Amino acid sequence: MFLDVDLSKTMRSGKREFHLHLNYASSSDRLVVLGPSGSGKSLLLQMIAGLLKPDRGYLKLAGRTLFDHTQGINLTPQQRQVAFLFQNYALFPHLSVRQNIAFSLHHGLFNPRPKMISKTVDYWLETFALEPVQHQRPHELSGGQRQRTALARALVTEPRALLLDEPFSALDPDLRIHMRKELRQLQERLAVPLILITHDVEDVQVFAEQTLCLKDGQMDLERQQLIQACSTLNPIKKPEPVTDSGF
Amino acid sequence: MDAVWVALSLSLKVAGWATALNIVLGISVGYFLARTRFFGRDVLDTLLTLPMVMPPTVLGYYLLVLMGRRSTFGAWLYDSFGINLIFTWQGAVIAATVVAFPLVFKPARAAFEAVDSELEQAARVLGVSELAIFFRVTLPLAWRGILAGVLLAFARALGEFGATLMVAGSIPGKTQTLSIAVYEAVQAGKDGTANMLVVITSIVCVVVLLTASRLAPGRVSERSR
Repeated sequence: MFLDVDLSKTMRSGKREFHLHLNYASSSDRLVVLGPSGSGKSLLLQMIAGLLKPDRGYLKLAGRTLFDHTQGINLTPQQRQVAFLFQNYALFPHLSVRQNIAFSLHHGLFNPRPKMISKTVDYWLETFALEPVQHQRPHELSGGQRQRTALARALVTEPRALLLDEPFSALDPDLRIHMRKELRQLQERLAVPLILITHDVEDVQVFAEQTLCLKDGQMDLERQQLIQACSTLNPIKKPEPVTDSGF
Repeated sequence: MDAVWVALSLSLKVAGWATALNIVLGISVGYFLARTRFFGRDVLDTLLTLPMVMPPTVLGYYLLVLMGRRSTFGAWLYDSFGINLIFTWQGAVIAATVVAFPLVFKPARAAFEAVDSELEQAARVLGVSELAIFFRVTLPLAWRGILAGVLLAFARALGEFGATLMVAGSIPGKTQTLSIAVYEAVQAGKDGTANMLVVITSIVCVVVLLTASRLAPGRVSERSR
């Protein structure tokens, strides 16, 4: 079982309350969580990464218990060994592309030097065609380069799972189609399990082996059945072989 | 003439120590107030800002009462460690530190609050320890805002008069700082010494202010973002 959760969380903001309650298990390596904004999908992803503590329940990912209320287990984000791609990438603005990618490889209280030598970093720069911009700061990059940098920084850690928070929403439509394809091919090649949250049905068609539909903090059964019916009609195609640059 | 340089070096020593203390205290308190939420946080912030608005003599009187040997704290300091702070340059350091403290912790708090917490979360997921996150992400993104405050605090500590006079007095060569020496010189009718002291103080203050304005956060966003 890749992901196995039974979680409850109540969020309060002023007088408004939001309840998330979810009992779900998936054996798929490519899980897409689909839901409108305010459905609780971001909260779910944050709980998987350890950035938000659930009130009750348990959370298992790739065979490890990350959180269990009754046993008092709650691994820190540092211990969970997952990669998180933030919606706005959360690149470190004071570091170059190279330093951003090397961030997790470097221990101690100082950041990696701008000209630090690392074969791993070189490999990822090459994989994502980032060599020409490796000494630039994030604000000097294009949207696609920013996303590639964020992906490289996340994948350097050799994570057990890659969590993606609306990865394509910040890109313009043309680039979105391109990056979707690129990420799909990359996932195929690295065989890294992936959990992607989105409000865009297109993402489901490209990525989902299984889909979890959320609405108001609960599973959206109606939509879930609808999506399942659609996917049996048009099974997802394998990605086409690589033709364009990048890989 | 010698007295002028003695007063200047004493002032720099007192202001330097006060600034060093404030860097540690101001950054810690600023970070704490920016990153935690608790009941009474605003009250604490207000209390810590008081030294900025209170008359320095009133503040000096409080310190005198607190550190004097007749108070519990002062008596404890003297009995346990043999430390007496009244009428010493260390006492002047304490006075200058307290007076300048809001100038460090206020901008530090604002600078830490301006750092996007998502960047810290990203570092957390990347497996970097909390202490390393502070030194590798939070502090580098906040340091310009903090440094501007630190320089202002240095200038404030250098010019400190009221609280220092109350706590440390005016002992030439021991606790008579630049600003107190100016007052004494004018009182004694030594116009030459007074002029000299005033010019030196003005130059130091102008240099500090120029440096501070160059480091102000507003300019950062234009240049390096």
